[in-house]
Amino acid sequence: MQIIKKRRIVEDDWHHVEDGAELPEGKVIVSLSRWQSDRETLIGRRNSGLGIRLASNEHADDIAPDLEHFELVALNFPTFRDGRAYTTARLLRERHGYQGELRATGDVLRDQIFFMHRCGFDAFEVRADRSIDEALKAFDDFSVTYQPAADEKQPLWRRRG
Amino acid sequence: MYQYDQFDHQMLADRNRQFRSQVERRLTGALTEEEFRPLRLMNGLYLQLHAYMLRVAVPYGLLSSAQLRQLAMIARKYDRGYGHFTTRQNLQYNWIRLEDMPDILDALAEVEMHAIQTSGNCIRNISTDEFAGVARDEIEDPRPYAEILRQWSTFHPEFSYLPRKFKIALTGATRDRAAVAFHDLAFRIVRNDSGEVGFQVIVGGGMGRTPVVGKVLKEWIPKRHLLAYSESVMRVYNGYGRRDNIYKARIKILVNDLGVEEFARQVDEDFARTITPELELEEAELERMRAFFAPPAYRELPERDAAVDALLEKDKRFRMWFERNVVAHKQPGYAIVVLSLKSPGVAPGDATDDQMEAVARLADEFSLGLLRTTFKQNLVLSDVELSRLPELWGRLKALSMASPTVGTLTDIICCPGLDYCSLANARSIPVAEKLIDRFDDLDFIHDLGDLRLNISGCINACGHHHAGNIGILGVDKKGEEFYQLTLGGSPEDDASIGKIMGPAFSQDEIVSAIEKVIEVFLARREPEERFVDCYRRLGMEPFKERVYADH
Ligand code: SF4
Repeated sequence: MQIIKKRRIVEDDWHHVEDGAELPEGKVIVSLSRWQSDRETLIGRRNSGLGIRLASNEHADDIAPDLEHFELVALNFPTFRDGRAYTTARLLRERHGYQGELRATGDVLRDQIFFMHRCGFDAFEVRADRSIDEALKAFDDFSVTYQPAADEKQPLWRRRG
Repeated sequence: MYQYDQFDHQMLADRNRQFRSQVERRLTGALTEEEFRPLRLMNGLYLQLHAYMLRVAVPYGLLSSAQLRQLAMIARKYDRGYGHFTTRQNLQYNWIRLEDMPDILDALAEVEMHAIQTSGNCIRNISTDEFAGVARDEIEDPRPYAEILRQWSTFHPEFSYLPRKFKIALTGATRDRAAVAFHDLAFRIVRNDSGEVGFQVIVGGGMGRTPVVGKVLKEWIPKRHLLAYSESVMRVYNGYGRRDNIYKARIKILVNDLGVEEFARQVDEDFARTITPELELEEAELERMRAFFAPPAYRELPERDAAVDALLEKDKRFRMWFERNVVAHKQPGYAIVVLSLKSPGVAPGDATDDQMEAVARLADEFSLGLLRTTFKQNLVLSDVELSRLPELWGRLKALSMASPTVGTLTDIICCPGLDYCSLANARSIPVAEKLIDRFDDLDFIHDLGDLRLNISGCINACGHHHAGNIGILGVDKKGEEFYQLTLGGSPEDDASIGKIMGPAFSQDEIVSAIEKVIEVFLARREPEERFVDCYRRLGMEPFKERVYADH
């Protein structure tokens, strides 16, 4: 599957692993509940790549103490109207200093990518029925932003010059 | 007023280019209506009963004459020659074609206007005191802070997909004219015990299905924390507000469920670890913003004007207009004038293209080229020299905008209702028109004193019926339009929510029900007593008894 990563279209080398399923070789993304129940096993194999995914009703604080274990955090948008993951993303980046991959999954559409990117997402699983090339244009939707976020720490009033 | 620089202009240009592409993708079918819907809503474009409705933002209700002229042009060229001033100080067009939208937005951008965040589950147009900057009871002009909040909330990346819409109001006066208690979040400029000016923060007010009077979240925060503190409020709401039921998604429900103390604790906790210390407002930025709203160079004028006094003595109609529609200005020799948009035969809040142009001319000639919109759906010229009131009065009469009824029974707030709105249960405009027709005796209306009558066409309460001293709510009874009557609401410092009187009325009955309510008031009123005070003293019973006596 192709995804957008750091503003480029790349082949995805991560596997989303369902809760009861066996862990495959390679890089895996598991749910919060699996992480909580299988913690030791997962830490044992983290050299091959460990990621965690949060549902939209799971919060940054749920994983904040464990962030050192994850190379990737995936935040799900069950529908693009559910905006909780924007807050989770900013808190992970700006409060907890998370620097690994922050991936948007679920109902990821072109017209929200600009905001997601501002909140700290750097990888996007664009919805399968949508053009990923079209989605790539979203990063340039705006050239001016008023408020600070994960991408820009200063509000516009200090940048007006 | 605030002036755009190249950054603000660039943002609108970017926005309009983006929306143009979204409209094109919709017109070619690349976007489904379901996907386009939230995108157009982010730009104030609703699909209504007959056509698209476009809601243009009038930030904190302030307009220049040039902007109003452009709004008139848009009404003429792209609509059917009129617009509707709303209870959020905005302007709506009712007959917009999707294909025209990109050009309309470009025309708005030419005069530093837009339709950004006038709908959708985001932070909406910030509203404020209609007399900001000129009121006598003001501690400080709230508009610089409203503009600071406007910029911060515009395309906020974290808060554009909130559980539900979010409305913010500000006032700097001691008397509340902005209905702050009915907003999701509100700021009142106040002094703390040591005399420092800051904000009292109010949260969780609102109308709709579950009307709630807002609660004090913080007695005082310093000005420099305005934005960072607001971010913390929004963050708690965005993370924890309900998303499973749209009727329970407003912040008022979260605040009620948690209790205001617990909500405040969560906000404080986020704020203590704020992720945006950079949002702290420094004095230089406050100064820069205040400069845009600095008082004009007023002339030294006497407190009174002999010719005006003589006319007040001689001409009763002028006196009535002066009493109701002219408000004391902080500057001696000046007056604030309210232009009534409540004339017989016109939907409350509607203005034609010609009227808009005429008002723009009046603003230029009489009031430094600026005007305001009010949530009571009137217009305001804020800086009129006292000596010119007779001339202005004459000009307003010719425009049917001198109805001397501001703040009285027939200064009705009224939503578009079933004549336009796809959510409506009943028509509201004809009810307002019938009432304005029925109560056309100006002496009678004046004698009733301050009285707020509000009409909504459905429970969404755009017509603020909960906050009316008399409220009328359109309901659907087996496919027929009926009206529920409420008494005792108030949008002011004594904010309260009206109580439902009893079974609903048909459209014909509602007018006579109001007549009876007024009869009881006149019979039981103490000298000079306001309607709402009389109701509070007597309770619902005597009104109810009379209204349903031969029902
Ligand atoms: S109150 Fe109801 S009928 Fe009136 S404008 Fe709002 S949604 Fe429409």
